[in-house]
Formats: sequence, structure tokens, C-alpha cells
Amino acid sequence: MTTAITPRPAHRVRGTWWKTVTGLVLTAVMLFPVYWMLNVSFTREQDMRKSPPGLFPVHGTLEGYRAVVDQQLPYLGTSLVVGLGTVALTVALAAPAGYALAKLRPRGGGVLSFLFLVAQMIPGIIMAMGFYAIYLSLGLLQSVPGLIVADSTLAVPFAVLIFTAFMSGIPEELLQAAKTDGAGPLRTFWSIVLPMSRNAVVTVSLFAFLWSWSDFVFASTLASGGAHQPITLGIYQYIGNNNQEWNAIMATAVVASLPAAVILVLAQRYVAAGVTAGAVKD
Amino acid sequence: MNRTTHPPDRRATLDRTGAATAAPPTDRTAPRRRPTSQQWAAWAFLAPVTLYLVLFYAYPLYRNLDLSLRNYTVRSFVQGDAPFTGLKNYETVFQDPTFGPALAHTVTFTAVCLLFQYAIGLALAVFFHQHFRLSATLRALFLVPWLLPLIVSASTWSWMLNSDSGIVNSVLNAVGIDSVNWLTSPEWSLTSVIIANIWIGVPFNLVVLYSGLQSIPGSLYEAAALDGAGAWRRFWNITFPLLRPVSAITLLLGLVYTLKVFDIIWIMTKGGPADSSTTFATWSYQLGFGNLLPAFGPGAAVGNLLVVAALAFGLVYLRVQRKQYAS
Repeated sequence: MTTAITPRPAHRVRGTWWKTVTGLVLTAVMLFPVYWMLNVSFTREQDMRKSPPGLFPVHGTLEGYRAVVDQQLPYLGTSLVVGLGTVALTVALAAPAGYALAKLRPRGGGVLSFLFLVAQMIPGIIMAMGFYAIYLSLGLLQSVPGLIVADSTLAVPFAVLIFTAFMSGIPEELLQAAKTDGAGPLRTFWSIVLPMSRNAVVTVSLFAFLWSWSDFVFASTLASGGAHQPITLGIYQYIGNNNQEWNAIMATAVVASLPAAVILVLAQRYVAAGVTAGAVKD
Repeated sequence: MNRTTHPPDRRATLDRTGAATAAPPTDRTAPRRRPTSQQWAAWAFLAPVTLYLVLFYAYPLYRNLDLSLRNYTVRSFVQGDAPFTGLKNYETVFQDPTFGPALAHTVTFTAVCLLFQYAIGLALAVFFHQHFRLSATLRALFLVPWLLPLIVSASTWSWMLNSDSGIVNSVLNAVGIDSVNWLTSPEWSLTSVIIANIWIGVPFNLVVLYSGLQSIPGSLYEAAALDGAGAWRRFWNITFPLLRPVSAITLLLGLVYTLKVFDIIWIMTKGGPADSSTTFATWSYQLGFGNLLPAFGPGAAVGNLLVVAALAFGLVYLRVQRKQYAS
């Protein structure tokens, strides 16, 4: 693509309709797999192996979604509980840490920040093996709390960074004023810093939930075969078991994608804030 | 050491796995002396997360190292009698016929994915950097593949690439090309997982490179346009050189995270057929969890090789980032 990057005076908007069309085409190409997932999820079983496959679900059916309601609700429930637990644990650990790193400036804080950056580079599969070995001895395999702790390792380093960045922007004068009024660090954190960091809490919560909801590595090593399995395993076992019912598999996939879709529609601002953290402004 | 105010063009970003990726800039000046009581308070606030770091990052890592140096079986987990065997597991892994192919696949997968994700991401970033109706909305829509659970993306691609009923083959047939056994033939399996992973990685590259483009002053382009430079020249002489720092960060980070990719490959091909799409990540999992008789020792050994590689590139990344903060 050899399009020029033009400076952006406002009056140049007209006459760019062909760029909009190009943009629409590119987006359509990019999102085709998502459309295909939807299409297949509504396709009747007898049309599934048609050649060529139908581009639109002409004889749409809800068979696939019926299978989701019949079989996948417990999985969705587990994912929801694990997701919310992960959010709570992540915020509880990371918000105080962010406050300390941003405002209290402990000796050794830099080392801790560095360790968190390094921690994120450890391959998930390694973490999973370590957790497996530990949980096996502790009897935490196939348990919801075990999965919550494991999933939180996906989000905590990111959360500490976001909170640190965000809380750095809180004016010192405010904290000084609180101190003058006799508030200790705990009171200051609870009554001033935390309420002011609402946006950071939302951003962290969204991502912690999404990553926990999407996690497959920890789920498959630590929860598989148990009474409480998340939706990612539900889909995985579906693929393994019935290679015929792709409408049910894709319907489950659509349902599993709902949190991501909702977040993108309702909280796009926070997603953008997360992707370019540090640019968070109230 | 504390976080100073950000210059607007240095932002933390996060990649697909959600790693936050900006080291807090280090304040080289001596911090103001803080009273001892405040030091205590600070570490009281940091105590939970520090404990967490030790228990849930350091200890699993240590357990994994320990696993790789002993002869572990499921029985020894229960009875706790795994004989220490030193580097024997590593020897086993190096001599395994899978080692060569796994290494080659890991390198190929990482290099090809990086190249295409970056090139496509950059082209799209340049395109969306223009002013046109809907550009912001469409750019937001491009985030969808990045937000979807990996299992959703992997299973969707699996069905699209299905030999008999997949849409990809029927499109190929429509233009007169024979069907390809994407996931079931050793020639094509690696290509298939690479395609899916590129699709997942493009949005991140797009977002980061787009934010890099925004920090290039528009006046440069105006001056170049006055000098009669065409779009192509403006790209190669202005955009590309000025994006170099952001590109370096994006590529290094992509490298660390592509090395670790597991879900996509495992769900689509399980590393098969006949190990034709096995990488270190899937091989490690295969050894530890994929068979009836787990080989935890060798599995952990393969995993540790991956850790070393990831951390080596990760430290390079952190160094580059430090340098950029400094300049």
C-alpha cells in the first residue's frame, strides 16, 4: 500500500470516500473468520458438509445454540466465577502495590518493577508445569481457587504497571493535604487514591477478566477432568468428541466471544487505555 | 527509583498475552529522603504482591528447574522419591529425534509470523493514519481478533481450513486450484498455524505502530511534499526511519511472545501430523501432559530451554527500551 500519510487539516475530509471503501474492505477481510464463525453456528447439520459451503445461513437454525444451553452452561458458570475471582485477587494485590510504587517510593521498588516485567516473559506452559507440580502436592488440582490463583498470574504484572502509571498522576498536594489532616497511608489510599483511580480499576478488571476467561493453558493442565471446568475446555472437548457438530462448536465459540464483544462495544475507551497504558487521562 | 511523568510518545503497551511493556523510567537523581516510617508503610503495601511474586512466579520456576534435574514420574509426586539425575533429562532431549525439527519449526514459526505481522500491521497503520470517515471505528474493529479467546480463533481457523468442508479449499477450488490438506498433511500444517497466528498478531502491531506514527510531526511531511517527494519516498525517508525505535520495541516484544505460542498450535494440530508443526512450546506440553505416561523431566527440560531463550530476548528488549527512555 502506497498511500501517503497526509497531514490532517479538517477540510480534507471530503473526497476521501474511496479510502473509506478501502477501509471497509480491509476490515471485512480481517473479520471474515469472525463472520464465518457466526455463519457456521447457525448452519443446519445437514448443510454443514455441503460443497461449496453456504455463504449465508439461509436455513438458519438454533440447533447449535440449543446444544450450548443444554451442555455448556456449567462451563460458562465456572468461567464466570473464575473470571470474577481473578479480577478481585488481581485488584487486591496490584492496587496497593501500585500506590506504594507510585507515591511512597520504597527502596528497592525499582527492582520489584523490573522483576514483574521479567515475570511476564516466562512462557505460560512453564508456569503451568510448575503449578501442576505444586497443586498435585497440595491437592489443589481441579479446584476453582487453584485456577483463580494461576489465572491471576496472567494479569498481576500488567495491573501493577497500570496502577503505578495511573497513580503517579495523582497530585502530591492532595496527598500532602490528607497527611496534614492526619490521615495515615492506609486512610489516604482507601479514601483518596483508590476512588480517584476508578478508571485504572476498570481497565485492570476488564483485562484480568478477559484473560482469565480466555485462558486455555492453565485450564487444560490444572482443571481438566474435574467437576469445575471453564468454557475454553468445554470447546476443546467438543472439538475432540464430536467432529460432526461444528454448529454446536461454533455456537459455543460465539458465546465464549461475547465478553470480548461486549467489552469492545461498551468499554472501548478502557481497552484503548490498556493498550496504550500511561496515556490514561481522566 | 520512581515513575516520572511520561513524555506523550512513550507509552506502555501490552501485547496479546497482556504483558505490560513499559519499564518505568528510572529516575537517576537521588530520590528525596523519605522518612523511615514511610519506607515501612510502602513495604507493608507491597508485602502481599512480593509474597505473591515469590510463591507464584519464583517457586513454580524453581519447581520446574527441579523437575528437569530429576527422574520424575506420577508416582514420585505422590511418594516424593524422585532420584536426582543431573543433566540427564537435557541429554535425553538433545538426542531426541524431535529436537532438530522442533528447533527448526520454532525458528520458522517465529520468524515468519513476526515478519508478516509487522509488515501487515505497518501497512494498515499507515493506511489508518489518514483522515477519512469511519477510520477510528474500523481501527477499533481490527482489535477483535486480538480480544477473542485463542481457543475461539483456533477452532474457527480449524474449520475454515478443513480439508473437505472448509471455506478456504472451496474458494481455491472455485478459482481452479486443487484442495490442500491444510491441517492433516505434514507439508502444510506449519503454514496453517502460521497463518492463524499472523491473523491474531496483526492488531497488536497495528495499534502500537499507529501510536508511533502519531508522534511523527506532520510538518515533516508537509516539507517533504513541498520538495516534491511522492508518497513512496515520504514513507521510506520519513516514516520508516522515524518509526525505528517503535519498530524495534514491537519486533522484540513480538519475538518474546511468539516464541511462547502454544494454544493456537496445540488446538489446531497438536503439533502434528507426525510432529510437522511441533515447536518447543507444544513439545514441552506433549512430553508433560500429552501422553498417557507423562515425562515430566524431559518436558520441563524443553520448557526451560524456552525460558532461557525468552528471557534472553526479553532482557535485550528491556535494554533497548531503557536506552530509548534515556535518549
